[in-house]
Amino acid sequence: MKKYSGGSFDTVVIGAGHAGCEAALATARMGKETLLLTINLDSVAMMPCNPAIGGTGKGHLVREIDALGGEMGKNIDATMIQCRMLNTAKGPAVHSLRAQADKKAYQFRMKEVIENQDHLVLKQQEATKLFIEDQKITGVQVVTGAVYQCRSCIICTGTYLKGRVFIGDVQYDSGPNGLFPARYLSDSLKENGIKLQRFKTGTPARVDEKTVDYTKMQIQEGDEEITPFSFETEHLDIDQVPCYLTYTNTETHKIINENLDRSPLVTGDVVGIGPRYCPSIETKVMRFKDKERHQIFMEPEGLYTREVYVQGMSSCLPEEVQINLYRTVAGMENVEFMRTAYAIEYDCIHPTSLKATLESKQIEGLFFAGQINGTSGYEEAGAQGILAGINAGLKLDEKEPVILDRSQAYIGVLVDDIINEDASEPYRMMTSRAEYRLLLRQDNADLRLTPIGHQVGLISEKRYEQFLRKKEKIAEEMERVRRVIVGATDRNNQTLINLGTTPIQSGVSLAQLLKRPQLSYENTAPLDTNRPDYSKHICDEVEIQLKYEGYIKKQNAQVKQFKKMESKRIPENIDYQLIEGLRLEAVEKLSEVRPMSIGQASRISGVSPADITVIHVYLENRKKENANRDAEK
Amino acid sequence: MDLFNDDVIAAIATGDSAGGIGIVRISGKGAEGIADAVIKTSSGLLVKDFETFTMHYGKCFDYYDHQLIDEVIISVMKGPHSYTAEDVVEINCHGGQVVTRTVLKAVLDAGARLAEPGEFTKRAFLNGRIDLSQAEAVMDVINAKTEKSLAYSMNQLSGGLSDQYQRIDQELVHALTIIDASIDYPEYEIDTLTTKDLLKIIDGLLSNVQSLLSTAQTGKIVRDGIATVILGEPNVGKSSLLNALINSDRALVTDIAGTTRDVVDEYINIDGIPFHIIDTAGIRETQNKIEALGVKKSLSMLDQADLILLVYDVSRGTSQDKALPFDINPDKTVINVYNKYDLAESNIQDEDGIVISTKTHYGLINLKNKMKDEAMHRINKKDNENVLSNLRHIHLLNQVNENLLNVQCGLNQNIPIDLTAIDLKNALDCLREITGRNVGSDIIDSIFAHFCLGK
Repeated sequence: MKKYSGGSFDTVVIGAGHAGCEAALATARMGKETLLLTINLDSVAMMPCNPAIGGTGKGHLVREIDALGGEMGKNIDATMIQCRMLNTAKGPAVHSLRAQADKKAYQFRMKEVIENQDHLVLKQQEATKLFIEDQKITGVQVVTGAVYQCRSCIICTGTYLKGRVFIGDVQYDSGPNGLFPARYLSDSLKENGIKLQRFKTGTPARVDEKTVDYTKMQIQEGDEEITPFSFETEHLDIDQVPCYLTYTNTETHKIINENLDRSPLVTGDVVGIGPRYCPSIETKVMRFKDKERHQIFMEPEGLYTREVYVQGMSSCLPEEVQINLYRTVAGMENVEFMRTAYAIEYDCIHPTSLKATLESKQIEGLFFAGQINGTSGYEEAGAQGILAGINAGLKLDEKEPVILDRSQAYIGVLVDDIINEDASEPYRMMTSRAEYRLLLRQDNADLRLTPIGHQVGLISEKRYEQFLRKKEKIAEEMERVRRVIVGATDRNNQTLINLGTTPIQSGVSLAQLLKRPQLSYENTAPLDTNRPDYSKHICDEVEIQLKYEGYIKKQNAQVKQFKKMESKRIPENIDYQLIEGLRLEAVEKLSEVRPMSIGQASRISGVSPADITVIHVYLENRKKENANRDAEK
Repeated sequence: MDLFNDDVIAAIATGDSAGGIGIVRISGKGAEGIADAVIKTSSGLLVKDFETFTMHYGKCFDYYDHQLIDEVIISVMKGPHSYTAEDVVEINCHGGQVVTRTVLKAVLDAGARLAEPGEFTKRAFLNGRIDLSQAEAVMDVINAKTEKSLAYSMNQLSGGLSDQYQRIDQELVHALTIIDASIDYPEYEIDTLTTKDLLKIIDGLLSNVQSLLSTAQTGKIVRDGIATVILGEPNVGKSSLLNALINSDRALVTDIAGTTRDVVDEYINIDGIPFHIIDTAGIRETQNKIEALGVKKSLSMLDQADLILLVYDVSRGTSQDKALPFDINPDKTVINVYNKYDLAESNIQDEDGIVISTKTHYGLINLKNKMKDEAMHRINKKDNENVLSNLRHIHLLNQVNENLLNVQCGLNQNIPIDLTAIDLKNALDCLREITGRNVGSDIIDSIFAHFCLGK
């Protein structure tokens, strides 16, 4: 094969999944000439696993992507077939959006957006080789021989790298969903000193809806009123498609137990480590022997298909066993498979080799995003994609990078988690991972991140002005509600009693009353006669910020403490070997992760508070020495 | 740990030596305000209004119940002209180390943070008080001390106490696991906790934490002293011993047996350890009704005693019958005191006790030392029996308690569960600070260990 020049780009993005799409759109929208490579044009923004976007923690990520100017929120708004706000019975911090997508529609819309984006070229090409000079990325070669020159590259290869599929003892090289794997890029990464590891994930069977009896299952409808993901989507009104709930039973478990010796997970053929939160059905049965049944959710894959995703039944048992065990489930007695469940093993990097910008510490201009970083999930991938895209774009302009910290965004939590500790399994976002989750709500993602999106050029002036107006209105309304005094009149007290709370003795500010659990912004309208007419977004924000003020203050105080640690920077050129008093383990870990701040250093496992003190004193000492030296000059 | 020197730290600056005077040093912006929260000067002047480098007389009170702890001298050194180059307040206590610790506790309760080992020095260095050439030495000191403090936090935990913390820890993790699992997996059928279940768990935790706190040794000893009962047959010199110990003539002393018909008590302080000395009526078989009442009362005092001074009259001969008309609980520490050495005919061996003379004060120092040793032994022994004595632990456990009270309050008010979880998490963080373990991904690990979740 003869190499030839395919042209020159600012950025080449390898892989057009959820990370790659966001990354490429970000750089292109920042005006960088971008090439987006995919192994198959029909797999742009493909959902190889469940047909849903969002969920706990993940819904927050989609909101944040949108607030930064990404596409995922708009794309799911345009193609959803059902939507639910989860956790509404719990507090505002954990309300989470989740939507069922029409998979094909989702892909088509995203592909269309990409095709119509200026500065963005989409090609079906398998990337095979990276060109690196002086530890800088200079180009990418594809399987047909073309070499694309570039100044930066974002690798978003998902589960394609040396992908291998397992269905019982049937095992073959493959990408997800029957697509080709990427066979060569792993070697090029390794040649350039990037260490790889094997991870594993899996997906259940897709079954033919005609052969499913929904009458034996519980119907699960969407919300009556849909809350869109994107802050730019005003209103959504669609005919929603239901999902269904059914259960495994002792018969299912019996079949699994009888055939465990045929599972590659048990035989040891699968060496990759699978995620605990996406256990295969055989793993569930093995680990939770006492559980008599497991929940199974039937999720339609789209409006124009009869394929149904069987959530809860991923498996890598042999196909015949799979069919038998699916058929034990109520409503699936006569089920026919359209796609068989499989496990897939793939190469990914050690994300501890990345900076918080998602750029490689070793190779300048080389960024990584998505599943190759050892994460799982479309939303996690998209979140990394947009961050890597933004930072690749900023770097080309020689501008300061965007680094989101743990108090700013779930994206910040995600990145901080993966770069500081080598995970032993694919990483999934959960609200439990965010220590400041009351501040990182899905409702205020725009307040947190839209100014950043605007600053880097992903948020239009028009949207930004709207955002500023909204912010202003929230502040005004909060101020007004604080000033409104609800009088202790008989009428007001009757209203309070009717709302299930106690009457007042003298005038109380409405803001104070809102702290009562029984009262909301909406139901106190009768006590607040001059209330202006504001949108739901604004009302919700005012209510949450006033109602939970005490807790928000507490978390803000914690964040202040946290920020101080983060603001203490560690110079990039620090040599930990030279610091006397550091324990050996700490020297190793610190040299590997190379934290940017004292705060980040303190989160690395194996680094003790004593080590942190030593570094701090060392840094101060060094600063003083430098100052003295300068003074002498 | 705060690295940025903008909070207020406090510690005992005089170390653990058993001197009479202890200094509690408070450093940082706001040190004076913290001192003002626990100190009233006799002049009525606030600490924050003191001139720098002046000393004032005042009293130190408990932060919570405002009980008097000690009379103190307070000095103020305003930054940058102080050891740490920050505002520094020093409280000089004269009540010995237990009192000094109690004063420190009050200061911590008022908002100061217990200084890490070497932290005053570290601040002095970071604030430029210490010369560059000293920096390396400082670093060595800090490193050594901090390492030690880390080891110390775990080693300090004796078996029983560690088990208690472990149990509280497990309960907290259990509650958080269930709450977080239900938050992160709302669609899954997991055994969620009702508000009532949670309240029950919290009540249990609170009573555990509070009972641990109630054993906090420092406060108790300062308040009550080591209960020391003087016991013996009539006219062996029990009241004289009390008087000799306190150097006063409070109890009526005569040669007539049975003069002390009631219980007389006094407080004394031996090298910083307070003793509550209880003089009792002599114990003998008696027909006198009033005396019999006194004997009965003496015996009842035994139950409360930490320490018993069993007094004998050696002038009656060394081979006197040591059998007493009552039993002493083997759990009690007994010191045999052989009194009236001045009247003894021959030399007395003090193998199993202390020979003294209340008249000439012979052997009194030996007795006091023995009492101090036994008291320290007892305090240390009590540590092993789940008694909280470490100030740092007390301070953190108080915070655990406060957070749990917030949880309780939130639950009673039907505050959403994810908010309640914040307080619960804070409680766990404080507890983990005691045991030195990081929460990290424990909750998430626990979720997946206990629940079958995920697609």
